[in-house]
Amino acid sequence: MAEQVKVEEVSDAMYRLIKDSMGQKKWKATDLTKAVLELFGDRCDKTLAKSAIRELIESGKCIYTYFGGSFIEIPHREGAQN
Amino acid sequence: MAEEKRKTPKLDELEKGAWPSFVKEIKSAAEKNPMANDLLGQLERSYEEKIGHWKHGGIVGVLGYGGGVIGRYSDLPEEFPNVSHFHTIRINQPAGWFYTSDVLRKLCDIWERHGSGLTNMHGSTGDMIFLGTKTDELEPTFSELTELGFDLGGSGSDVRTPSCCCGKARCEWACYDTMALTYFLTMHYQDELHRPAFPYKWKFKMSGCPNDCVASVARADMSIIGTWRDDIQIDKKAVTEYAESGLNIQRDVVGNCPSKCMEWDGKELKIDNKACVKCMHCINAMPKALAPGKDRGACILIGAKAPIVEGALLSSVLVPFIKLEPPYNELIDLVDKIHEVWSENGKNRERVGEFIQRVGMGNFLEAIGVEPVPEMVAHPRENPYVFYEEYFEEDDEGSGEQEEDK
Ligand code: SF4
Ligand code: SF4
Repeated sequence: MAEQVKVEEVSDAMYRLIKDSMGQKKWKATDLTKAVLELFGDRCDKTLAKSAIRELIESGKCIYTYFGGSFIEIPHREGAQN
Repeated sequence: MAEEKRKTPKLDELEKGAWPSFVKEIKSAAEKNPMANDLLGQLERSYEEKIGHWKHGGIVGVLGYGGGVIGRYSDLPEEFPNVSHFHTIRINQPAGWFYTSDVLRKLCDIWERHGSGLTNMHGSTGDMIFLGTKTDELEPTFSELTELGFDLGGSGSDVRTPSCCCGKARCEWACYDTMALTYFLTMHYQDELHRPAFPYKWKFKMSGCPNDCVASVARADMSIIGTWRDDIQIDKKAVTEYAESGLNIQRDVVGNCPSKCMEWDGKELKIDNKACVKCMHCINAMPKALAPGKDRGACILIGAKAPIVEGALLSSVLVPFIKLEPPYNELIDLVDKIHEVWSENGKNRERVGEFIQRVGMGNFLEAIGVEPVPEMVAHPRENPYVFYEEYFEEDDEGSGEQEEDK
């Protein structure tokens, strides 16, 4: 089996996906997981993707938001607060 | 300087009458809390204009968690500045809702320090609901709650706070230990409870017997309802006592048995247990004489929901009988498999019941590796869309031969 990528690499890849599509697409945890599994192939699995999401949130780089469903986004000032 | 009391002629009407009034309670909180005072003002405005003035959702929460806080803002912040933010916090209740009065006082003190002081005990999710605070107060509230031994509950697309009836703690009809299972599931699914990773919400609700006191059959994505598979226990002497004390057993017990599996000849009560559907009616009617059997466990049902994105669904049988004892491995394997299939294939905001309707029960069962059984048929003439491969194969071979014959 191929050697796994590091958790930071996976969370960085997730961060880029979120950043590059800000304003156009909202990412759910499941979508991010599917995207990194595709990107890294057998060097990543669901457990690693889960740890990467946790890292992304606990580092403060991303936050959970709720707009009908739960999403993972880069912190910003929201419309409702204005 | 004390805030001027909001004038509330319309809300005042709701204080009249002999029943409890939420207006009275908010007014009492408004004596010392400006948030409660502005809440009255905004609510009065909504009653005048017949529109709500709240904006929901957003990005509020405590660090690391994706659930437990529901963001709410006023759309009239200049007029009602004290409720410009009015976020709700859900706090994971103890299984069965047992508290000491000392803990309740401490919880209320925390909330008076950090929020409106208004609570909802309990919300329909089962959690304790703390109503109304500002974004800056979320972390301090959370920190005091954790110090007291409490944690936030679920919200959003996560495992919602599991809840249960009081089960064996108070009720002799409990067919399994609902509180133990609720505690176990809450701890086992901590990650899924705090970090939303599903297409939509997932609710576990545990009832100890088919009376289903937490209404899990109507509300939970997975309803775990206690049942038994041997015979109803009958205390003949107590049956006679009921008859002698005037209970019309023929009319009120036997006559209301939905599967017509009881007989009463004026002396002896007989039950054809194979035909009993475990509705609990006879046991509820003669609690001193009848009781669930001794071989107890639970039935697992799947797919209930209230109408939100789509219409309401009741849950339907997935596992007719399971012994529910620690370490609950069989249950966890099943739940994990369902989560995997639903997360992989569910659409955004699609509850598992809707997902099953979309893909078909047969395909769902195949994906989670559960064999179809007759108990899954919810009502007569239902087509569950299950195709038995052995019949297919026979058919295919048959038609092949015919082709060759031609
Ligand atoms: S659901 Fe059954 S076991 Fe639970 S409290 Fe109600 S009657 Fe008792
Ligand atoms: S539990 Fe319900 S179905 Fe079973 S014998 Fe009693 S009344 Fe009939």
